[in-house]
Amino acid sequence: MKSAVIVFPGSNCDRDCRDAVEKATGTAPAMIWHRESDLPDGLDLIVIPGGFSFGDYLRCGAIAGRSPIMGAVKDAAEAGVAVVGICNGFQVLCETELLPGALLRNAGLDFVCRRQDLEIANGNTRFTAAYQGGRQVNFPVAHHDGNYFADADTLDRLEGEGQVVFRYQGNPNGSARDIAGVMNARGNVLGLMPHPDRAADARHGGTDGLALFRSVMESAG
Amino acid sequence: MKAIVRVDLKQGVLDPQGKAVAHALQVLGFEEVSAARQGKVIEIDLEESDKAKAESRVKEMCEKLLANTVIERYAIELEG
Repeated sequence: MKSAVIVFPGSNCDRDCRDAVEKATGTAPAMIWHRESDLPDGLDLIVIPGGFSFGDYLRCGAIAGRSPIMGAVKDAAEAGVAVVGICNGFQVLCETELLPGALLRNAGLDFVCRRQDLEIANGNTRFTAAYQGGRQVNFPVAHHDGNYFADADTLDRLEGEGQVVFRYQGNPNGSARDIAGVMNARGNVLGLMPHPDRAADARHGGTDGLALFRSVMESAG
Repeated sequence: MKAIVRVDLKQGVLDPQGKAVAHALQVLGFEEVSAARQGKVIEIDLEESDKAKAESRVKEMCEKLLANTVIERYAIELEG
């Protein structure tokens, strides 16, 4: 499987994503600097990693979302390539409007950093098929702005169309309808606040994250 | 010319920072405070003397970068 991880100034999970993807799929991803305007040909997966791109200046993900590489990421998403945005990467995907909604400051104002139980709300996606019907995973969360917001009509549509992929069990941040991860209507772009990349080694405390990347590989054939 | 752009959360979007500010003011004895909203101000120096042109360019800046209109609203003031 051919994959790429996008690296911005202030990304800090780019290497976690690289290691997790390599472990899950057997192939190391290309690391692509944000100033590039082209992606390698024939990608099956693009990962937008967590961190504090551009220092979270202006809004989390806002400046990264307008960086040169994001034009190529948008084109790839439109061509059907799988895109996963994790934590800050989820914020970037909302800022580029590849995903609906926005991430607000946590309702409790605290930075939350803990292991988090999640429900797999849709197990029949390019990102969750390898969980083989499993309904619960545990990924770490570590964020200050993970409070998912969208208007009521959008939330209804997301729920109705199966676009809510992960839900919190015990909401850590005030997120609308306990949403932890959503995908686009076409089902090839996923954003989630919790970190599958940090649940990829027994020494992380669990390996629940690997099947997410494996799902993408299996769907790529 | 200078543009002063004010960006804040739309009504109806939870503003926990504003809430915390209001609470802190009440604790300090400002009992008349019933609510606060927190936003940001961005001052932009422009090399443009035509006010209408400047306004339309700054509006474009707001839509493209300065505000996320899913959750925020903006107001533009021009000086000079």
